[in-house]
Formats: sequence, structure tokens, C-alpha cells
Amino acid sequence: MKSAFTHRTGEQVQTMVDSMADAILRDHQCESRLALVGIQQKGVLLARAIHQKLQATRSDLQLVFGELDVGLYRDDLSSNPAPVMNPTMIPESLEDAVLILVDDVIQSGRTIRAALDAILDFGRPRRIQLAVLFDRGQRQLPIQPDYVGEAVELEPEEFIILKTLEAGSGLEVCLTQK
Amino acid sequence: MFNPEMSWAKRHLLDIQSLTKSEILTVLDTASVFKQVGQRAIKKVPALRGKTVVNLFVEPSTRTRVSFELAAQRLTADIVNFTTEASSFKKGETLKDTVRNLEALTADIIIIRHQSAGAAHFLSRFTKASVINAGDGAHSHPTQALLDLYTMREHKGDLKGKQVTILGDILFSRVARSSIWGLRKLGAQITLCGPPTLVPKSLESMGCRVTYDMQEALAQADIVSLLRIQHERQQQSMFPSLGEYSKFFGLNKERLKWVRPDALIMHPGPINRGVEIDSDIADSERSVILEQVTNGLAIRMAVLFLVNGGQHPQDLPACDLSVEA
Repeated sequence: MKSAFTHRTGEQVQTMVDSMADAILRDHQCESRLALVGIQQKGVLLARAIHQKLQATRSDLQLVFGELDVGLYRDDLSSNPAPVMNPTMIPESLEDAVLILVDDVIQSGRTIRAALDAILDFGRPRRIQLAVLFDRGQRQLPIQPDYVGEAVELEPEEFIILKTLEAGSGLEVCLTQK
Repeated sequence: MFNPEMSWAKRHLLDIQSLTKSEILTVLDTASVFKQVGQRAIKKVPALRGKTVVNLFVEPSTRTRVSFELAAQRLTADIVNFTTEASSFKKGETLKDTVRNLEALTADIIIIRHQSAGAAHFLSRFTKASVINAGDGAHSHPTQALLDLYTMREHKGDLKGKQVTILGDILFSRVARSSIWGLRKLGAQITLCGPPTLVPKSLESMGCRVTYDMQEALAQADIVSLLRIQHERQQQSMFPSLGEYSKFFGLNKERLKWVRPDALIMHPGPINRGVEIDSDIADSERSVILEQVTNGLAIRMAVLFLVNGGQHPQDLPACDLSVEA
């Protein structure tokens, strides 16, 4: 059985990104510095979009932008082929930073668990929060996002694909069957 | 999520000739991530936590062993060093029995260095552990070839069409043999040069050009790779003396003028200073000898990481020298 969800247009995604960015700014009015770290690969796309919006809205905010690959921290390395690795780029120390981890989709929570371990190797942030575009439920670990674009119900064989619009800037979302 | 196009499924790393171009590139790309890890404040990652790695070095080696040891430690594996001097080989135990014992101690990955060609292949046929070949006789030294390819690619980009000149003791060199396989697969043009006793014309069957004109061999090279004269592997004298070798084939200041200014100068180490290469050149900015050592650590971390995820039984290598498009 297929779910009702099919896709989200560039405009719809932008609206979600905007409202997530607004919520982040509301919660961190008193901060002068925020770190935004996208999880490779699709989390980085979303983090860039949020970064753009944050910068446009509050130019006085010092933003640290990072990219994180969690492949080396996964809990299923023994039972699966080695994952394809992408670069990790954390430009400055995360010691004492307020950090927002960004990923496209949360399901089991295991990627975020790995990301938390990976981040701690770069310093000890004062606070870590989580922003995701889609929450598809079915958690296997006690991890919850702080900022969610949309909660969706999907069939197990359905996967959300976040991609850059062909026109260049902006993101859109479609569904694929595996 | 795992990428379905993931191009590494092998349980062992036994040689270079059985790897596809895409597998070689997967190792190199993975190593670049590990090189980054090596530049962090905390250089250790938990990828091999709970795994046991055994360094089974039947033939003595320091650098390769230390490099593998550090690589395993950086991946949070437990590592045991097993060397001939302090082992039961001296008491007459066979390699097979030794490995069975190591298995009983729950070894997940066995890194083997052995003086006999084929030792790693032999081991892989009966052990449940992953096997990594760290040098077997004059046959293969895959991680050295991979780290050389990595270093070349880091400096020169895509190796397709690049001119690589390998100079020196090719006949006895597992490093040369592995590098030739790897370079061919990545589309490089290879020239071999050295004394005819060490660089027989028959090596042309590996798809290389053989020349005894050093000036010509050096002049066109994007990359010059020097090899160590391996006294220990030569049963008989293949040239009159080290002095004479150096006189005719050593890379000195005069001959360096034949090399293009942007050409890379490499050597797998250990260097015989004043034999294959003059000290000044080995220590100059043009040589990347120590970079090769740093890259070796990243390559060995990548190989340990990849074979740990390898599931599939491995066929014995077919000798396919065709260069993939």
C-alpha cells in the first residue's frame, strides 16, 4: 500500500526551511554565535538552506557551518559493507558552542546517535539540538528532533529523496520505492 | 543509508591485479577521509571497536608493521603483533597451525608479511578471518602500491595518460610489480629503467616500456619512482657493485637536470642514500618520500575499514591486464 505523500515542491520546502529557521532564531535570540552542522550527504543540503535563511534574517549572528560524515561511528559496521565516506569539515572548535545538527530525515535515530559521538570528537558543545525536514517516526533510540519541517507516515519501502532544484538554488522532495 | 553503488565487497586484500579500477578508486577515496581524520585533534575513530587485528610478520619489517599497527589503533581495534623472532615458527609450527591458533584467539583480520610469494592467498583459502597481504616474496605489496597511487593522484590528479618512470630493481621488487598493475588499471603509461639484469625486456609483457637510456626515461616523466636495491633478495650478484650501480643508475644532481621541474620524485623506503638517490635529492622539496609514509597510514586505515565490511568470498585473481575505460 502506498502512502498519500508523493512530493514537496521547491516552494513548499522553502516554507518549511523558513519556519524552521524562524524557530531556531526565536529560541536563540540571546546567542551571538551558532554552529550549524549538516550530516552527509542530504543533511548538508538542508543545512545550507537553513544557513542561508539565518544569515539573511540576522546578519549579526556569527554562524559556523560544518559538514559531518558519520560512517565511522555507525553501529552496524560489522554487519554491512563499509559505507561510502564523504568529507567531514568542521572549520573551528565546537568547544562551548550552541550547535544545531541538521539531517533530512529522522527514522530510527541511529544516524543521530552516531553523529553525537562524532561531534564530541571535535570538542564539547554547550548544547546540541536537532533539526530535520521530515520525521517519519519508528524510532529505535530515545532521540527526538527539536525542529521538524513535517511529520510523515510512509511505508517501509518508501524513501524520501531531497535534491537540489534543476534551476540551481532551492530544494525539492520526491518519493522513491526501494 | 548505504550506497548501493558501493564498490567494495571483498573480504581480503591479497594483491592489486584482482582489484577493479573502481575498487582501487574506492580505497583511494576512503583513504582521503582517513587522512583528514589524521589531522584532527582526536585522531581515533570507533569504526573497528571490538575487532581483533593480528600483525603476522613472518618476514621482518618495521615500517609496514608499525604503519598497520597505528592504523588499527586509530580505528580502535585491538592489535596483536606476532613476529618470527618471538613465535612458535622457531619451534616448527606450520603457518596453517599458527593461523588456526590465531583464529581461536578470535582474530578478525590477519595482516601477513611472508617471504614466500602466495602466502596471503594460501592463508585466505582456509581462514575465516579477513586477510591483508603486507608483502609476499617478490609477488605483491598491495598497500604500498595503493599509497603510491594515492600520493601520485594527490599531486597529479587523474593518472590516465600520465607518464610514470620506475627506476631500479624491478625484478626483485613486489612494490614495482604491484605498482605496475595498479598504474595500468588507472591508465598511466609506464616506463621501466635500470640495469638489464634487474629490468629484463620480458617485463614488457606487463604492458610497460623498457629502456636502458636513463636520460630518455627521466625526461618525459610526470612521476619518477625509485626503488630500493634489495641486496637481501638477490641470490647472486646482479651488478658488480653498489658503487657501480650508483654511477650508472643513481639519481644525482646531474641526472636530476634531465627530470622535468614539476615531476614528482618518489621512493617507497627504506632509502639507500647515495645508491639509488643522493641525500640532497631525497631531502629536497621535490621528493615526497615522507608524504608517502603519512599517506600509507591513511591507506592502511582505509583497507582495514573496507575489508571489515567485506562479505563476499573471493575468487582467485584472474590475470586480467586490460585497462578499463
